[in-house]
Amino acid sequence: MPPEATEARPTGEPILEVRDLAKLYPLTRGVVFRRKIGAVRAVDTVSFDLRRGETLGIVGESGCGKSTLAKMLVHLERPTSGRILYKGEDITRLSGRALKAVRRNIQMVFQDPYTSLNPRMTVGDIVGEPFDIHPEVAPKGDRRRRVQELLDVVGLNPEYINRYPHQFSGGQRQRIGIARGLALNPEIIICDEPVSALDVSVQAQVVNLLERLQDEFGLSYVFIAHDLSVVRHISDRVGVMYLGRFAEIGTDEQIYDYPTHPYTQALLSAVPVPDPEAREGRERIILAGDVPSPANPPSGCRFRTRCWKAQDKCAQEVPQLVVPAGFRHAEGPVVHDSACHFAEALPQDMSEPASAE
Amino acid sequence: MPDDLQPLQQGPLQRGPGNTIAPTGAGGAMDLAVSEAETLERPPGTGTIPGGPPGGPGAKPRSLWSDAWRELRRNPVFIASGLLIVFLVLIAIWPGLIASGDPLSCNLAKSQEGSQPGHPFGYDTQGCDVYTRTVYGARASVTVGVCATLGAALLGSLLGGLAGFFGRWGDALLSRTADIFFGIPVVLGGLVFLSVITSTTVWPVVGFIVLLGWPQISRIARGSVITAKQNDYVQAARALGASNTRLLLRHVAPNAVAPVIVVATIALGTYISLEATLSYLGVGLRPPTVSWGIDISNAAPQIRNAPHMLLWPAGALSLTVLAFIMLGDAVRDALDPKLR
Amino acid sequence: MSALLEVRDLHVEFRTRDGVAKAVNGVSYGVGAGETLAVLGESGSGKSVTAQAIMGILDSPPGHVTGGQVLFQGRDLLTLSKEERRRVRGAKMAMIFQDALSSLNPVHTVGAQLGEMFQVHEGMSRKDARVKAVELMDRVRIPAAKERVNDYPHQFSGGMRQRIMIAMALALEPDLIIADEPTTALDVTVQAQVMDLLAELQREFTMGLILITHDLGVVADVADKIAVMYAGRIVETAPVHELYKRPAHPYTRGLLDSIPRLDRKGQELYAIKGLPPNLMAIPPGCPFHPRCPRAQDVCVTDRPPLFPVTENDGTELPGRAGACHFWKDELNAS
Repeated sequence: MPPEATEARPTGEPILEVRDLAKLYPLTRGVVFRRKIGAVRAVDTVSFDLRRGETLGIVGESGCGKSTLAKMLVHLERPTSGRILYKGEDITRLSGRALKAVRRNIQMVFQDPYTSLNPRMTVGDIVGEPFDIHPEVAPKGDRRRRVQELLDVVGLNPEYINRYPHQFSGGQRQRIGIARGLALNPEIIICDEPVSALDVSVQAQVVNLLERLQDEFGLSYVFIAHDLSVVRHISDRVGVMYLGRFAEIGTDEQIYDYPTHPYTQALLSAVPVPDPEAREGRERIILAGDVPSPANPPSGCRFRTRCWKAQDKCAQEVPQLVVPAGFRHAEGPVVHDSACHFAEALPQDMSEPASAE
Repeated sequence: MPDDLQPLQQGPLQRGPGNTIAPTGAGGAMDLAVSEAETLERPPGTGTIPGGPPGGPGAKPRSLWSDAWRELRRNPVFIASGLLIVFLVLIAIWPGLIASGDPLSCNLAKSQEGSQPGHPFGYDTQGCDVYTRTVYGARASVTVGVCATLGAALLGSLLGGLAGFFGRWGDALLSRTADIFFGIPVVLGGLVFLSVITSTTVWPVVGFIVLLGWPQISRIARGSVITAKQNDYVQAARALGASNTRLLLRHVAPNAVAPVIVVATIALGTYISLEATLSYLGVGLRPPTVSWGIDISNAAPQIRNAPHMLLWPAGALSLTVLAFIMLGDAVRDALDPKLR
Repeated sequence: MSALLEVRDLHVEFRTRDGVAKAVNGVSYGVGAGETLAVLGESGSGKSVTAQAIMGILDSPPGHVTGGQVLFQGRDLLTLSKEERRRVRGAKMAMIFQDALSSLNPVHTVGAQLGEMFQVHEGMSRKDARVKAVELMDRVRIPAAKERVNDYPHQFSGGMRQRIMIAMALALEPDLIIADEPTTALDVTVQAQVMDLLAELQREFTMGLILITHDLGVVADVADKIAVMYAGRIVETAPVHELYKRPAHPYTRGLLDSIPRLDRKGQELYAIKGLPPNLMAIPPGCPFHPRCPRAQDVCVTDRPPLFPVTENDGTELPGRAGACHFWKDELNAS
């Protein structure tokens, strides 16, 4: 189901189209003779478009499948079913040379700056490795200069080329990781929780860097995070994931100011706001219980076990990710895709104290 | 979009105001980069980062191996153990360099006599010169120790590493095979296997030790490869399109090699003693081959009345094992940039 | 409010191969019964080390308390013997850690681990201890406590495990609880549940609560007062509402400004420039001066003490202090 209905702010043609993507991990028992005893549905039929120059934020709690989705987009995991189209071409099952060529254009920035850099390689080798793998990108004699330029672009001293990762702080390491991601001039960068391991004051530096690079090189980002505030700050559109599916997807205004899915509403109300006065007017929805196991997800709507609106219909019918029936003839930002049978607008008055500014 | 990157690729380099190299044409956003770079360039305290070598733009690019070699050359432990090993290898090849006698010309009349002028280590039960035999014994013992260790380490880490890296049925097959070899009792296996071989060279013994020794190394290698391959940097390289060979050689192997080095250097000593045990049982090296193992076995019953017979070959054995353990330690440390 | 715990001029250093890291450099704070103090700081600010020194669980060596006092109910804990401290720990003060999974022993059931507290400290029988364990699990609202008491830690979700940790800390009804990043590892929707539970239990038992965190958002609701730490020192203390409204230290303001806000969408985030200091070479003068937009020559030479912060007309602001030469300018900037 293409989420084209959310065409509120077109930012160019789609560069990446994801259709009904799913990933199942078989659960097995036994060492020599493996028996299949079930499957973990990590990602279950997810569809979205990423447009050129756009940042698509994906938020969700742990276990919602957002990291598995990221890995499938960069071909670190093979989808069980579904398709990924890059500029209209199906790249889902590429291998060998063709896959290598596509990889040049879709790169990844990892969450943990402490494990994503090889401790036994110098910074120069780490940032230069993309050129070793794709020698056509930079001639051999030119590589060192390119590496130093990349370090400079991400705000590191180019003279640090012979140092090892452990000599840098977390924020600096994340810059090294970003430089490596940029080396092949990709068009798309998948950022998997790129700032969640960093200190608050350093987070802002890295978020600003990512935004500057996007403007400078016209990058498209898929920005995956659990921190809703960071995602709102950087994203043009946002998808909210719950147990392997999108609950709601739309522009940042549609999702943050006019959410219609109960899960999004609960998630937003739970976000700590660092201002005691701003939050006094807010109504908090505290969800009961925990996220169910993806090995045994609830029937129908995945969220129904924690939802205060759940009825019999929710257990029987899977809600589709479309503009809910109640809003089909409405106008304004409430009109966007939301996978809920009983979607309702919930005015978010939390934006009011800030609107005085 | 690649056009957008043109300035970065081709822009001539200029010295920016912050003394950083800034590609021209990147636009106003570079102002931000410079200010950020400035703050990062001289953060308080980073000047004291241990071992941060000042690598100017003109400095040679360095790698793990060149850095490790530079580190080793300055490490006294490495120099001492290295010299000792070179010395051992030299006398193993040319024992005549420091011993003029013949290890097999013995005089029963001098049985078990102590130190004498010209014969500083005394005589053994057969009346042979202990000094000459210790020197000549180096060849067999060092050959067995080094070759068996190299063989077991190479075979073990190759099989264990591949099994750990690729997993699946190959891993299951290898692990079970290794379990079978673990189950072979050393002494019994030696008696059965070696007694049918009549060769008087050291190679059957080396082969037998490799056969029993590789599963231990392969288990260690498999475990540390599995740990190393789960790191994000392996995923990152895979996402760049790196081949399996590259992942294994550049990312997994350097981060998995340390435990293998430790176990292999310790095993070296065990293997030399194993040769002694087999020789004692009469299935290892046989006379006229001279080895520390044979001499130690022969001297052991006489430890009360002639301790010098045991002391010298055993001392030589300990020194050799120590030298290799120190070498292994130094190499392992040099391959860890965090310890520099 | 009489102070339940008072830390005075605490100094802690770590003696390592590479040199001496001064992790805590003269920290003083207090917390009363029924009061919540939030200690805010980034990694390396010394917030957790201070807590470990209070609890007496500092890894030593390399950690050494080199000065100061930790007065708990009037007694200086630092002068007690190991055995006496052990008795205070658990019974009178307890700690909750960030990572509940690694704080629980995976090979024992949850009930056995909770019950152990009563068996060891109060000499209860196994059976009675088990009954107590179920009671505790009920109290931290673990559903179906009776059935789940024999489950193992891995069978619980992250939020439930943190509840078990809270139950363990509460077991002996301590007077003080130190929670070190109790919700950092949890999901947003679960964070709120756990934080609420903690605040509610604290009120019920009128305990003192020290909440250590790097997250300005988490503490806004539950804390009474906040101490902001930087490079092993307290740089600002204030009642919670005032700190957010009118910070008196540039570091506090920088932290507040650098968090993206859900309720505002700005163009670029404010970023504190540079990096936190190396604890082996803390800058002279004010440790924040290399990163501070307000820094003057005096900041490089003179280390600012914690000045009492007042209104411009000299009206006192109770509980407020700031370690900045220009606290007045900073306060008026809001």
